[in-house]
This record gives sequence, C-alpha cells and structure tokens, in this order.
Amino acid sequence: MVCQECKQKPASVHITQIINNDKTKISLCEDCARAYQHQLGFNFEPNFSIHKFLANLLDHEPVVGKPARASGEQCPQCGLTYSQFGQLGRLGCDRCYQVFAGRLEPLLRRIHGGFAHGGKVPRRTGGAIRVKQELRRLKAELQQLVAQEEFERAAKVRDTIRQLEQQLQA
Amino acid sequence: MAAHDLITGQCRWMEGSGPHAEIVITSRVRLARNLAGRPFPHLLDDKGKQGVLAAVASAAGAGAVAQRYGKLTAIQVSELPALDRQILVEKHLISPQHAQPGGGKALLVNGDGSIGIMVNEEDHLRIQCLLPALQLHEAWRTATGVDDALEETLDYAFDEKHGFLTACPTNVGTGLRASVMVHLPGLVMTKQIGRVLSALSQVGLAVRGFYGEGTEAVGNLFQVSNQITLGQGEEEILGNLSAVVKQIIDQERSAREALVREARVQLADRVGRAYGTLQNAHILNSQEALALMSELRLGLDLKLVKGVDTRVLNELLVAIQPASLQGAAGREMQPFERDVHRAQVVRNRLVTIQS
Repeated sequence: MVCQECKQKPASVHITQIINNDKTKISLCEDCARAYQHQLGFNFEPNFSIHKFLANLLDHEPVVGKPARASGEQCPQCGLTYSQFGQLGRLGCDRCYQVFAGRLEPLLRRIHGGFAHGGKVPRRTGGAIRVKQELRRLKAELQQLVAQEEFERAAKVRDTIRQLEQQLQA
Repeated sequence: MAAHDLITGQCRWMEGSGPHAEIVITSRVRLARNLAGRPFPHLLDDKGKQGVLAAVASAAGAGAVAQRYGKLTAIQVSELPALDRQILVEKHLISPQHAQPGGGKALLVNGDGSIGIMVNEEDHLRIQCLLPALQLHEAWRTATGVDDALEETLDYAFDEKHGFLTACPTNVGTGLRASVMVHLPGLVMTKQIGRVLSALSQVGLAVRGFYGEGTEAVGNLFQVSNQITLGQGEEEILGNLSAVVKQIIDQERSAREALVREARVQLADRVGRAYGTLQNAHILNSQEALALMSELRLGLDLKLVKGVDTRVLNELLVAIQPASLQGAAGREMQPFERDVHRAQVVRNRLVTIQS
C-alpha cells in the first residue's frame, strides 16, 4: 500500500478514526504521518509528558504553611527554584523535598492519596531514623512523666534517652 | 559477558514457564533510588553523572551484591549505537527513556537479564528484577535484596516522611513500581476487556501497552502496574496487584473456557489460520504478526494446536520488533523490507521447532 498523502513512499502508519460512528481509515508513510500528526489529532511519537502534566497541576495548588515568598524560594543544594520545579515537574535533589515541603504536600496527596511514607527504611542509614523516632517518643513520655511527678520512672527514661543520644553521636 | 552477548542472547523472562505462564508473560519490580546530597540526573552534567556511575558501579562490584546475586556487567548505554539501545528496550532491559541520546547512562545487568540497574535514568538508580510468569513476590525479594546489598555502601536520598526521594513526585515513597504483563485474548474476543480495564483504574492500578508508558496494547498484551508509591507499604502494594491479577487470570480463564465450549470449531479455525499464516506468509507487519502470534498462543494453551513452545513465542515477541530485526540482519531496513524480513524470521522459527 502506498501513502495516501505523498503517493510515493509505502504506507506504514495506519490510523482509524471513529467520529460519531463514522469510520475512516488513513494510511500514511512515516514522514507524512509525522508531518500531519497534529492535524490528525494523534501523537506519532507519544510525547505526553507526565512532568508537564504535574507542572500544570502545580500551578493551581494552594500553598500550605508559610505564605509564599513564592518564586524566590530556591534549594540551597542544587539551586532549583520553585518556579523551575513548576516548569520541569521534577525536583532537583533530596534537599528540594525539605525546601518545597509545604508546596509538595497537596500535590503528593493528590497523586498518592496520602503523604507519609509507609514502606521500607534503608537498613544501614535508616538505623538512625529509627533511633530518632524512638527518641521523639521517649522525650514526649519524659515530659508527661515529669508533669505527673513520676520522677523515678522519668529518671529511667532520661537515662535511656542519653544512651540513645550517645548512640546517635557515635 | 560483553554488551554484545546481552544484545544477541536470550533473557530469563522469555523462558515462558512458571505460575500462570499461559496468561502471565512477565512480572517486574523496579525500585527508584537516588544518592544523598547530589542533584538528580536531569540537573547533572556529564561529569556529575560519571561520578554517580562510579559510585554505583563500585557498590555493585563490592562483596555483597556479587556474592548474593552474581557479577553484574556494566554497559555504557550512552556509547552504544542507537539500534543497540533500541534492542535493549525491545528486550525490556532498559526503558525507552533510558535509550534516548545523552551522556552518562549505563546499565548494570546480570547474565540472564533478570537483574538490572539503570544508572542515570530519571533517578540515579532504577533497580529492576524481571521474571517470567506470575512471580511478583520473587521479583520483589530479589530487587529488595539487591537494594539492601547496594545500601551497605551507598547513602540513599531518604527522609522519614517522604521515604525514598525521587526526581518525579509520582515515584516518591517506596519508589516501587510493580508490573505484570498479561495476555488476554479471551477477554478481548468476548468483549469484556473494556469493563475489566476500567475496573482496574478504580483500584489505583494503571494499564499500559507492551512497552509501557504511552504505548498501545497490541497482540492482546496488557501491562498492569501500581500507581501509588507513597503511603502504602511494599507488601501491601504487591498484595493488591497480585490479588487483582489473580482475578484477571480467573476471568480470562473462564472467557477461554466459554469460547471453547460455545465456539470450538470457529476458534480452532481461527487459530489454525493464524498458525498457517505465520508459517507461510512472506510479508508481515508487526501489528499483524503480534495479532496472529496472540491467536497461536491462545490455541496452544487450549490444545487446539501443538508443536510450538511458549518460549519460542516469547523470543519472537522481541525478535520481530524493528530494532531486533535490523540488529540480527546487521543492516538498516525500510519498513517494507522489515515486513519481508519479519515474515522470514517467523517462518524459520516456527518451522525448525515443529515436531
């Protein structure tokens, strides 16, 4: 079969359009398909980008937390600005997640439905995170015990906290 | 093992055996990981990317990974000719994005292609485990084991709240994308596929074509994967996907049984014609080849025809793709030439195997 458009090269792209139950078939060569893709309303090379899609979502996000000093925000580690993130739809480095945290939350909630990690923690470096989690919990407990004047138990908790803190520094 | 062997050789996933192999072609688990304190690949220059690659390669070469999972070979993807890069895509060893031109991209891969680490794709590391049939949990165990072994020497970008940090917010958290490639001719023929696919999107799963994001479903092959990576644990994500895939398997199975029960002769006719065309055609475009191979695959499962191994069909899935065809022939070909060559490859393969 020859391309319907240039009538020279062999057709290798076959498009079936159904509009109101009207079926039309078009057969084109690669070059003509590329040239007419937008008119025909399809992507010869799918160039839908999830990043652009996310970037569009971002522009309409309400800001959570501190009111915007907005476009001036910049990641000190990789130099990405918030408006660049808006254009790219991608973050620049691990620090960006802290720098843009307030703005990311509604987006993450929209993508994932939640925004607190519930999975694996790195084995080696994650140890510290587990210790930190435990420390936070113990400190809260300590305050409560002091408020309840349970000094003996509070002293024990305090010792455990010191131990863990030393462990963290080691 | 050189890049050459990987490009011409067979992969583990093509074996075509394992749980539910008559419906499930492959199970894949990939983990997105980044190194702490470095810009993500899209903000790195070539030197920065080489730095990432050196760090990852030395971690993969260190005791733990090699000991437990065998030696991984490093392939400088960026330095391969475009055709070879595309062959790696067709074999599902790298993503289409990883085959795009640009420096610093690499693949660390084991001998049978079941374990691969893409370096400097969208994230610093994409750890992948690809297995035949329905083996999601096995794939997860391997991928997470490789991940642990790498983490013994690499500092990952991770925070308590967001989990593993990724360039794109759609991957953050577990960084886990699990996907299953299913062959669903029964549901397509009985026109139930639309209902099944729309139900999937309601339970947070995505459906894509044979080559992932942005590709069309051809040859009745569909790729089902999780969308959500943050909030749920890995086991929960995998459990969800497995449960849904098992339901799809049940539905496909009963559709096939109904077809045999109610239209055995028509089905046998269709399968026989497909087999005959594949064995005798001299011009095959890829769409036709995939459609006919789908019918042959169905016929083999239903014992309407025999003499072809699933493995052969899996190998052909890749061998008939444009880059693989041209790679095997050793030259570039125009579309028509490819169609002629494709028919020849299929004829040869189906004749030599016949008993």
